[in-house]
Amino acid sequence: MRGRIVAVFGNLVVAECEGPVMQNAVARCHRADGAQLLSEVIRVHDNRADLQVFEETRGLKVGDPVEVSTDLLSVQLGPGLLGQIFDGLQNPLPELAERHGYFLPTGGSTPGLREDRVWQFEPAGRVGDVMQAGDTLGYVPEGIFKHHIMVPFGWRGRFTVQYIAYAGKRQADEVIAEMTDESGATRNVTMLQRWPVKVPLNVSRERLLPSSPLVTRVRMIDSLLPVMRGGTYCIPGPFGAGKTVLQQITSRNADVDVVVVAACGERAGEVVETIQEFPRLSDPRTGRSLMERTVIVCNTSAMPVAAREASVYTAVTLGEYYRQMGLHVLLLADSTSRWAQAMRELSGRLEEIPGEEAFPAYLESRIAAFYERAGAVRLRTGHVGTLTIGGTVSPAGGNFEEPVTQATLKVVGAFHGLSTARAHARRYPAIDPLDSWSRYAGIIEAKKVAQVQRLLRRGNEIRQMTAVVGEEGVSVHDYATMLKAEFVDAAYLQQNAFDDVDGSTNAERQELVFDRLLAVLDMELEVTEKEQARAVMVKFTDLFRNWNYVAMGTPEFEAMAGEINDLVALGGRDPVLEDVA
Amino acid sequence: MRKYFDRIARIAGNVLTVHAEGVTYEELAVVVGEERSAPAQVIKLEGDQVSLQVFAGTQGLSTRDRVRFLGHPMEFPYGDGLLGRVFDGAGRPRDERPDPEGTLVRLGSPPVNPVKRRLPDRMIRTGIPMIDVFNSLVESQKLPIFSVAGEPYNALLARIGLQADADVIIFGGMGLRHDDYLEFRAAFEKGGVLTHSVMFVHTASDPVVECLLVPDLCLAVGEQFALAGKRVLVLLTDMTAFSDALKEIAITMEQIPSNRGYPGDLYTQLARRYEKAVDFEGAGSMTVLACVTMPGDDVTHPVPDNTGYITEGQFYLRNGRIEPFGSLSRLRQHVNGDTRDDHRAIMDGCIQLYADCMASREKRDMGFEVTPWDEKLLRYGEMFEGRIMDLAVDISLEDALDRCWLLLGECFDPAETGLRRALIDEHWPSGAAR
Repeated sequence: MRGRIVAVFGNLVVAECEGPVMQNAVARCHRADGAQLLSEVIRVHDNRADLQVFEETRGLKVGDPVEVSTDLLSVQLGPGLLGQIFDGLQNPLPELAERHGYFLPTGGSTPGLREDRVWQFEPAGRVGDVMQAGDTLGYVPEGIFKHHIMVPFGWRGRFTVQYIAYAGKRQADEVIAEMTDESGATRNVTMLQRWPVKVPLNVSRERLLPSSPLVTRVRMIDSLLPVMRGGTYCIPGPFGAGKTVLQQITSRNADVDVVVVAACGERAGEVVETIQEFPRLSDPRTGRSLMERTVIVCNTSAMPVAAREASVYTAVTLGEYYRQMGLHVLLLADSTSRWAQAMRELSGRLEEIPGEEAFPAYLESRIAAFYERAGAVRLRTGHVGTLTIGGTVSPAGGNFEEPVTQATLKVVGAFHGLSTARAHARRYPAIDPLDSWSRYAGIIEAKKVAQVQRLLRRGNEIRQMTAVVGEEGVSVHDYATMLKAEFVDAAYLQQNAFDDVDGSTNAERQELVFDRLLAVLDMELEVTEKEQARAVMVKFTDLFRNWNYVAMGTPEFEAMAGEINDLVALGGRDPVLEDVA
Repeated sequence: MRKYFDRIARIAGNVLTVHAEGVTYEELAVVVGEERSAPAQVIKLEGDQVSLQVFAGTQGLSTRDRVRFLGHPMEFPYGDGLLGRVFDGAGRPRDERPDPEGTLVRLGSPPVNPVKRRLPDRMIRTGIPMIDVFNSLVESQKLPIFSVAGEPYNALLARIGLQADADVIIFGGMGLRHDDYLEFRAAFEKGGVLTHSVMFVHTASDPVVECLLVPDLCLAVGEQFALAGKRVLVLLTDMTAFSDALKEIAITMEQIPSNRGYPGDLYTQLARRYEKAVDFEGAGSMTVLACVTMPGDDVTHPVPDNTGYITEGQFYLRNGRIEPFGSLSRLRQHVNGDTRDDHRAIMDGCIQLYADCMASREKRDMGFEVTPWDEKLLRYGEMFEGRIMDLAVDISLEDALDRCWLLLGECFDPAETGLRRALIDEHWPSGAAR
């Protein structure tokens, strides 16, 4: 279907078409110099189609031809996705760099996967087997995983295997199976298939309630504000509070099989960090390069706006694909606000009636639909696969009352709100332990978590009280409670992300240290003076902080644990401290 | 031979609409009048109606004028001859010398492929401890200085320009008072950096649209120098004036404003410029420092707010000092790990204690009882401000670290600092209590 451009305004192009046009179909605008700019139909009125162009529109003119396809915007799925770096439209960036150098070309669309790449195929079915969409026909090794080659997800009905390739080296686009549908028509299967990004990909027996905790090795998250595999969480925070650092740490340490990093409208430098550091870092679970379990989808802030929206959907689709193989996948989207802003920009150009802060009225439903693509599913094989989504939100002015944060809070299972005050005081991670919440159960017993949360709240109350009545206005007991809350924060919740040991605390260690922490909290401080109480808690904080830097299982670790136990047994009344007092 | 179009349909604000055909988006044009010729750029195509943004403003243009399209987007000549030159916002010489010559480069080049960027790892030393110790400036970083009118932000920017170790300095002034422009120029001349600088200056009295071109000109030229292997430092002031110019155009174009009248794409517009800061794999680098004045000292104002989300940190300049709270260099961890083993610990430790001191100050000011611990903190805060935070302090990073240790030794017992034992054993000043 062909048409002609009648208007250009920013990344919005209006085309006059001669035939039927499908909403959300992919279109290509032909620029005079031969470049084909990828775009998507976003509104149809009479014979005119409004297109959002995913690339710079510079150089287009009225009258330029437009070609509208009958396909929705889709990605290529198959082996070779892991370790890759794509832009929002699944163009592989290393390949673009090889061909075009420093700068990203316009109209340089490149297939996401190499069709001529050869894989060691191993069949999993036999001639005569009856299969459905999503069933496994065979495997190829992809890094540390057995990559399933599945019956295309879009096929409806039952299919009988007529031919299946023997084990051996096969090219990605080679036919590895022939299948007939119920009417007897033959269809071919290769290792590659396409899926429209805006349609959730889920071919499973049932959706499950998330039940196993996702350990991130960030103590505050795992112990107090847990996330579950198949769950969703969001990290809203003003700039400078450490959203991206937290996401990066999570992408390194999270206890999952595959991590999809979606850098959406954020700084290119942060992506570069991931790209250059991941190949050198090893996966704490497997010891292999972290890059082998990572897919990066990046549409940084300088890249065209319309592709930002696409990048989020591309990333979630890749995540769903690996979930279909029974893997645990974590999608980290940074930042969903940029995606929302892209929607707002476009909505403004379309002259839609603006909602709150000029965001479009459909903002909430789009955000909800996105997070709902997360989940734990039982596949037809009986295996469980999960997709967890963690999204950062960048609220304007750091104000959580704004539409994107509020829309997100309605649909996520955990909320890790970052606070400027904590970041300014260099208390990292700057998650506010009082404002944040989680609906999930974590690795620490709920009763213990509740005790610590009560203490933190009470400590905060007393702190506020002292701001009004002064420290002299509170009792020694209350003062000690405040110090204990302060101790929990300094000795456990704060974590030095740049230290190899302190930066990543596994579940076992968290349980152990948490119990020691409770022992200190349960200890009745036998002091009569506030300064004495402070001295005792300073001592404990110092001990715990130094303990946090010592690797578990070393003699030093045990020695320090002993030191802490002794001090607890003495009720904190160190003979040396007595002298000072 | 290019055609002239004379059916001008509308003149409003800085935008002129003409009926024309065969025009490409973002192409340059010249509006030819009897009195003057005005350069302009295509900002909207709709049927045969072409909307042009006229750089020098539409004042004096008439429906009798004619429009000629140039067939290419905005370009500027690049070459070594640019060094030492001063231009205005439209790229015309401001120094009474001939028009520049060189290879034409297009403004607003495509984004850099992230895989061709280098991980920044070279520190730019400034001799200012609040930058070097606490928030190191890194090559290829983009960093704004948040400030309010009346603060010496231009002086700070000039000082960094003079002291920083860069091959080429590109200065972009937007909405500058003429006095400020003269001051910058004098400072650069006196400091001997003018010979390796290029200045693009839009003063407050120049047409507002020309302000929009300043960052693009600076970054296009800077990018070429960087590709040629140079280490480029771009200084921009003031990006709030730039954003206000964007707002003016957007409102004229009847775009729906999103927040306080600013267009919905403010973030994108700013990001496209700031993101030009780069360290090229196999070539030079471009670092961007920009002043952003916060209207009403409000950091949640759309301009500083959007800027903060784009840049790699920010410096707050308040009461003539770089504030330790809120100021942040996000790239510092790439460089402060290899300076000295105590750099990071001092960086965090000193600020944590200073934050505690602020709490104690509040207590004291409210008239509450001050504990011995508060006394210690108050003493520390006082000394920290005088010996480290003062902008006049000009010492090397190593000297600054030593000075911090001395300060801690004078004020605290080792365990009270919250620093790791190993570091204390090594660096704790010998005369101080242990």
